[in-house]
Amino acid sequence: MDDAIAVSGLVKTFGRTRALDGLDLTVRTGEVHGFLGPNGSGKSTTIRILLGLLRADAGTARLLGGDPWRDAVALHRRLAYVPGDVTLWPNLSGGEVIDLLGRLRGGLNQKRKAELLERFELDPRKKGRAYSKGNRQKVGLVAALASDVELLILDEPTSGLDPLMEETFRACIAEDKRNGRTVLLSSHILAEVEALCDRVTIIRNGRAVESGTLDELRHLHRTSIDVELAATPDGLAELPGVHDVKIDRGHVRFDVDAKALDDTLRYLTKFGVRSLVSQPPTLEELFLRHYEGVRS
Amino acid sequence: MTGTGKLVRLALRRDRLLLPLWIVVLAVLPMTYAASIAELYPTAADRQAYAAGSASDPSYVALLGPLFGSSLGALTAQRSGMLFVIVGLISVLTVIRHTRTEEEAGRRELLGAAVLGRHAGLTAALVVTCGADLVLGLLVTLGLLGQDLPAGGAVAFGLAFAACGWVFAMVGAVAAQLTESAGGARGIGLSVLGIAFVLRLAGDAGDGNVLHWLSPIGWVQHIRAFAGERWWVLGLAAGATAALAAVAYPLSARRDLGAGLLPARPGPAAAAPTLRTPLALAWRLHRAALLGWAVGLAVLGVVLGGTVDYARTAAEDSKQVSDIMDRLGGAGTFTDSYLAGVMSLVALAASGYAIQAALKMRTEEAALRSEPVLATAVTRTSWTASHAAFAALGPALGLAVAGVAAGLTYGLSVHDVAGQLPRVIGAAMVQLPAVWVLGALAVGLFGLLPRLAPAAWAALAACVLLGQIGAILQLSQWALDVSPFTHIPKVPAAPLAVTPLAWLVAVAAALAVAGFAGFRRRDVPVT
Repeated sequence: MDDAIAVSGLVKTFGRTRALDGLDLTVRTGEVHGFLGPNGSGKSTTIRILLGLLRADAGTARLLGGDPWRDAVALHRRLAYVPGDVTLWPNLSGGEVIDLLGRLRGGLNQKRKAELLERFELDPRKKGRAYSKGNRQKVGLVAALASDVELLILDEPTSGLDPLMEETFRACIAEDKRNGRTVLLSSHILAEVEALCDRVTIIRNGRAVESGTLDELRHLHRTSIDVELAATPDGLAELPGVHDVKIDRGHVRFDVDAKALDDTLRYLTKFGVRSLVSQPPTLEELFLRHYEGVRS
Repeated sequence: MTGTGKLVRLALRRDRLLLPLWIVVLAVLPMTYAASIAELYPTAADRQAYAAGSASDPSYVALLGPLFGSSLGALTAQRSGMLFVIVGLISVLTVIRHTRTEEEAGRRELLGAAVLGRHAGLTAALVVTCGADLVLGLLVTLGLLGQDLPAGGAVAFGLAFAACGWVFAMVGAVAAQLTESAGGARGIGLSVLGIAFVLRLAGDAGDGNVLHWLSPIGWVQHIRAFAGERWWVLGLAAGATAALAAVAYPLSARRDLGAGLLPARPGPAAAAPTLRTPLALAWRLHRAALLGWAVGLAVLGVVLGGTVDYARTAAEDSKQVSDIMDRLGGAGTFTDSYLAGVMSLVALAASGYAIQAALKMRTEEAALRSEPVLATAVTRTSWTASHAAFAALGPALGLAVAGVAAGLTYGLSVHDVAGQLPRVIGAAMVQLPAVWVLGALAVGLFGLLPRLAPAAWAALAACVLLGQIGAILQLSQWALDVSPFTHIPKVPAAPLAVTPLAWLVAVAAALAVAGFAGFRRRDVPVT
């Protein structure tokens, strides 16, 4: 099957700022794809190009097999979008906005809407101006999730939601995934990404710096080893792929690149391994490394 | 009250253009009235004839207020009567702008978390507004002294302006506590102002009527500046100011931030079946403003229609007036020229609506509310068209309503409704192409140069200046030709010329098409 989203070499400049600088992004049909990156890295710009709101300066973007700018209206019938900051019309009630956006998209599943209102504990009778930030997000989420569409484009959709509602959101997306919907999820919440996403793309300064499944990403990074040896391991620090070695007599700690792990462990056994603790990189470390711009 | 000083500075910074602008305009007007009355009625006998004649005409008194003498000062005071309503209007709006609007937008919350007393916001808004009213009063006094009017009267008249502003600033302060939305608070404040105007009008309509003593606008006029000042009347205004403050502050202290005293009404849980198109959404977003403008234009029609026959009598009193009217309204019989002139004023107001409706698109875009709609199966063209429809048809409705209102009022005053109504409606509707040009300009700017879209207001201001004073300043014709209103035939004084109207429609269409095309091609949102 075709990829739901296929972006390559996308460039977008605003005046002198280069918001996107050759971005590549592939979202396979039926997967939940995490889209991560620090503030201002170009996530929202990418999403707006995919929605046909902004026009790319260079590169190609395909969405559900169409051109996001030229075929915008036809494509929009097949997708739903939730912005990171849902703004509502002050004089329309939440229920009216949900129905309106659903109808403008081409239809709303009323049964699903009622169910979602209940699950998100949202009062649809309040006027737009009376909702809190979290409740505005819920209005946007219900409007999107209650639409029978193939693709959900979510730009930090859970900002302002409390942990319980965050949990509800995860359950909803998990169901959608089982039903075969494709989801592009831009997020900062790592637990959310870890729980939901099949694959992730990390973007920084308008470029994709990493893309793949979480396991694949972990493999690209160093494992921390904490090992108790019978003898002092001379020459460990000189092995390729071994970093930050700290030796306290038989107690040794170091980081090792995933591809050097096998050789290093073989080397260690020569010194009589008494105990060994290995720790794969946590997601936090993985992301922080990218967010801070330190490449491993 | 902690932090009031800082908030005052913030408000002055935000209003650094608006505040001086309205103060100067309002302060200059009484002075120019005095100068023009002195020029038109140079001798005491002239002024007495004018005072006994048209200035005592019931429709004139109803519109402007009572006349207490035939001195230049007393005539100026009456002529300036409408300005009290404007001072009240601006005072109400300024206070609400710096209190409830801030609160609704959530900016007040940001500040409230800083070192700021509970009453600092309200106090700062009142200090700024009342201070501006006081400066206005001072300038009015100085201006009238500059026209060699008696000092006592000039001081009383200046204080009347300040007092009127203060009372309505407090009305705004109370209204801001009542509702959660700034729109609702404005509605309450403006209703109070409207009632005050009607009570004043009713009170001055007949002898022995005391209704104007229930109206702050009535009070300040009955200070009788330049006609044996009654200073004690200022005490009424001071008392009302203090009383309203005594209501506003406890209300502000008792309620929560963001909450209003009147409960917010819940909306429907589901959308009506009709709410399914961009046009249906636009109707929800535009209808309140459309209704407000239609009512406003109807009132303007009634007021101006009521002055038509008065203008004829006034013209018979003064040769100079009829000369000026000839210049303003063009050739033809006097009332017909006057009608054409009046309708060009109505058309300027209707252009205000057209621009506001077109720029609603810009507001929607900047608030990021256009984005979710354009991410559905709505084309950019249909979204633009849904708003542009209001910019095009709204002014047509407004002009029609104003034409009917003015036609009925004028027709009744000369006992010829059947004859005058169609002529007056025609005089109103013939203005539509010029109004469309301004509305289409706003659409064009929105599509092509969105950041410059508010410049459409500057274009309207230029048309006002060219139309109202261009002829008097004897500007050259090419300068006057810049304004679309210059090209509107002076119906009913002149025959209906179709060619200029067709040209104006073509220009409007070209501007609108450029705007539609520009918006289809550009990035959204441009912020």
